[in-house]
Amino acid sequence: MAGDASKALSNDVLWGGGRSPFSISYGKMMMWFFLVSDALTFSGLLTAYGFVRHSTTEAWPIGEEVFRALPGLTGSYPLIYVALMTAILIFSSVTMVLAVEAGHRMDKKGVIKWLFLTVIGGAFFVGSQAWEWSHFIHGGGGYITTNAGEKYWVHNDTHDTHDPSNAAGFHLVKAKEGHYLVGDESTHHLDHDASLKLWNDRANYVDGANMVHNEYGPPQYANFFFFITGFHGFHVLSGVAINLIVLIMVVQGVFHRRGHYEMVEKAGLYWHFVDLVWVFVFTFFYLL
Amino acid sequence: MERDDIIEYSLDAHHSEETGRKMRRKIWLVTLFLAVVTTVEVALGAYWKEWMPGSWHLVKWTFVVLTLVKATYIVMSFMHLGDERRNIRAIILLPYALFILYLVFIAIFESNYIHQIWLHLP
Repeated sequence: MAGDASKALSNDVLWGGGRSPFSISYGKMMMWFFLVSDALTFSGLLTAYGFVRHSTTEAWPIGEEVFRALPGLTGSYPLIYVALMTAILIFSSVTMVLAVEAGHRMDKKGVIKWLFLTVIGGAFFVGSQAWEWSHFIHGGGGYITTNAGEKYWVHNDTHDTHDPSNAAGFHLVKAKEGHYLVGDESTHHLDHDASLKLWNDRANYVDGANMVHNEYGPPQYANFFFFITGFHGFHVLSGVAINLIVLIMVVQGVFHRRGHYEMVEKAGLYWHFVDLVWVFVFTFFYLL
Repeated sequence: MERDDIIEYSLDAHHSEETGRKMRRKIWLVTLFLAVVTTVEVALGAYWKEWMPGSWHLVKWTFVVLTLVKATYIVMSFMHLGDERRNIRAIILLPYALFILYLVFIAIFESNYIHQIWLHLP
């Protein structure tokens, strides 16, 4: 920005008192400090995830095998849904920065347009996350462990996990050793009677995900999923609320009367931060 | 209520039409760049293993680098930290970087150790 921050000023002027040596407003600086502390929290969570994943000797689930469903479609679309969520969040970040830019020109209509789109984008993201959580919790059918310690995936046509053995098309698929998910449908497919026999004789049945166990991998996997994406989702939710409040104030002309749209900038910093965190969550939780 | 004891440092709060045009152009370019990088990441995650099995380690590091590139563009361009003074940039980035580098180092180091313990449990 071609403002005071880009001006070359001598140290005598900068630090001579009577002005901020950083050429930044109090509000923006404090928002930055808050974001740094928040970034430390998220880094802690992601590092803890990395720590557990790196130290475990169990097989750890792979992102593109766990997250490969799209709403209303059957088939495998690895990470496409998460990529769409990422795209939504990045584009709402773009509309935010455009709102800030419009604010710098005192273009009230422009700010309203772009901030409104930002709120819509944020709402879409939260909605997407709700679907993803729901899908994650319900799972894809679950697995049973036999008394001999073998693992079989439970399949049926209706994805009934309440009483899968009664549903049409019920059969078991032997799980690959040391590998979560993806039962090999062609080679280890059991017929209905053999499946039923193993089902009735099962040691336990795990379907979907909760804090105690999940069908995707070690319990920590689902716990970290809930905690990290949940904490981030809560940030998005509060960001949407903040943006909505700022939008209402813009519509009322509060900032126009004040003479500058710095509040949009501060809300924007928070919003971009939420996007920034997602970029890291996307990489370290879903991709790696 | 107007207060005169607070100096309003909204020094960067305005710019002209022409600067605005330039900024919008830059914003869209950065957007395009971020979209392309994300697409590349998803493609790598989904198909690399089929293309080149056994080189997963390399992909991981590619992801980390691409993520840091993306983060740099978001922070420097969208959050306008690149347009701030150097001293505020340093105050925000350096303590964070220092702490995180230490945290990542200790996490990798210790998790390696614990991994070995798990492996050699009697």
